[in-house]
Amino acid sequence: MTVRGDGAHASGELLERYAAGDAGIGPDTLWALEAHLEACAACRGGLRADVSPGVTSILERVRAGLDIELARTPRAPARRRWLPRSFRWTAPTLLRWLAMTGLVVTVALGFDVANQAVGSHYPSLVLLLAPVAPLLGVAAAWSRRTDPAYELVSATPRAGLYLVLRRTLAVLVAVIPVLAVAGSVVDASPARWLLPCLAFTAATLALGSIVGVPRAAAGLAVTWAVAVVMPSLATTRPPVVLEPRALPAWAALTAAVVVVLAVRRSGFSRLPSGR
Amino acid sequence: MIRTLGAAETAPTTYIGEIRAQELRVRAGRRMAVDGLDLTLGTGVHGLLGPNGAGKTTLMRALATVLRPAGGTLELLGSPLQGRVDLRALRREIGYLPQEFGYYPRFTVREFVEYMAWLKEVPGREVPGAVQRAIERVGLADRADDRMKTLSGGMLRRAGIAQAIVNDPRILLLDEPTVGLDPEQRLDFRELLRDLAADTCVVVSTHLVEDVVAACTDVVLIDAGRLVFQGVPSELERAGDSGGVGDSAAERGYTVLLRQHRGSAEGAR
Repeated sequence: MTVRGDGAHASGELLERYAAGDAGIGPDTLWALEAHLEACAACRGGLRADVSPGVTSILERVRAGLDIELARTPRAPARRRWLPRSFRWTAPTLLRWLAMTGLVVTVALGFDVANQAVGSHYPSLVLLLAPVAPLLGVAAAWSRRTDPAYELVSATPRAGLYLVLRRTLAVLVAVIPVLAVAGSVVDASPARWLLPCLAFTAATLALGSIVGVPRAAAGLAVTWAVAVVMPSLATTRPPVVLEPRALPAWAALTAAVVVVLAVRRSGFSRLPSGR
Repeated sequence: MIRTLGAAETAPTTYIGEIRAQELRVRAGRRMAVDGLDLTLGTGVHGLLGPNGAGKTTLMRALATVLRPAGGTLELLGSPLQGRVDLRALRREIGYLPQEFGYYPRFTVREFVEYMAWLKEVPGREVPGAVQRAIERVGLADRADDRMKTLSGGMLRRAGIAQAIVNDPRILLLDEPTVGLDPEQRLDFRELLRDLAADTCVVVSTHLVEDVVAACTDVVLIDAGRLVFQGVPSELERAGDSGGVGDSAAERGYTVLLRQHRGSAEGAR
């Protein structure tokens, strides 16, 4: 063999025959030679010496023509690398749901500040809403209705609990700081709502693996509103479940829900069979 | 660039037919949309024909592994879809274009296909090349950096086909891919199908009989979730010799076969 990998170069005689268009070079040799020429500048240089001046002048003319054309062609627009990258962590439709969550928290904050100003004794609405605040975003993380490409995405290898967890994490990272800031204004410390917040998020996913995430989020939020938010607004007393002594119960609940989620993890890689 | 072939690509196959279904039953809502289907599909282009409600879309979803079969067995690339099957590895080999395919209007075509390539776990280094190749194959290279919302219906469909082929699938499932394509684009699409047919198992669901005859190596006709007929297009045309309604031999064959099947199904009851 005249052409070999790892450092071997094409012989001068072979290059000469190749440049002359010799039909006697076997197809295997020809293939190996061309593959080698693509990767080896030294042999391409050697080939140039063998090519007749007529060919060189044609090549130069083509090159000159191409340069003019290339200068005239508009450059491709710079790619927005950050856009597709960011959607590795969030659902592409998440932004509007996060905006809505921000709006709800702001309204709750306004309510609390107004209450403090007039001196009434309603419990903090920010505190009451904090446990369910991420649910809007979590619902959008894996939803047939808000994600137009839901069916496409759910047929891909990456679909499944792992993708949903990534998207949920992105929601929490966005929502929890907002809650913390709002909470610091009205004295609702994260110690009181952070664990319930995580419990609700995990419960939404666990329940969502069975009935669909948006439905689970809606069900849990309504349950919370009816069972806790409304009574404590009616009695103007802060709810017992958000007292520090309820935290062990929330921790136990979170752990139980995480186990359910681990068992039901295959629920996220398929479509629900009822449409 | 020289692409090296991996061991997995050159390994001999150890299965008969990329897709094998036996007594397959798949539920769509309360209805059993695929009800006792036996089917073996190998390399080539298979046209899946059938009237509306025959279970085409449900079958496609089951083949795309997004619907769990309610009964029977389904084997894709030799691995049965039961119990703890490695869906991830299997799905890397599947390309799927759903009938109602949604997209993100603010993405450009390239970003959309890139995003799908990421979801399909195409290795990061190969993504730009694979995306460009897929976009060129469907003839969208000149619109690659335009936002999806500026595309026409036919172009969107082609972007959908591009995302389906971006991972060089061994099973390619296209549900109604020719809707919204103009006649010239349909011809290009048939060309693409013939090109893919060499080493891929392509299933194209459609109700345009002429698409099937022109571009498919194999016709699969289903009705009410059951297999009515499987054969080459010329057999379908021959079935139309004995009457039937329709403008072409294939259309006549289609109606004859359906009518025969429905007649025998009635008789069996």
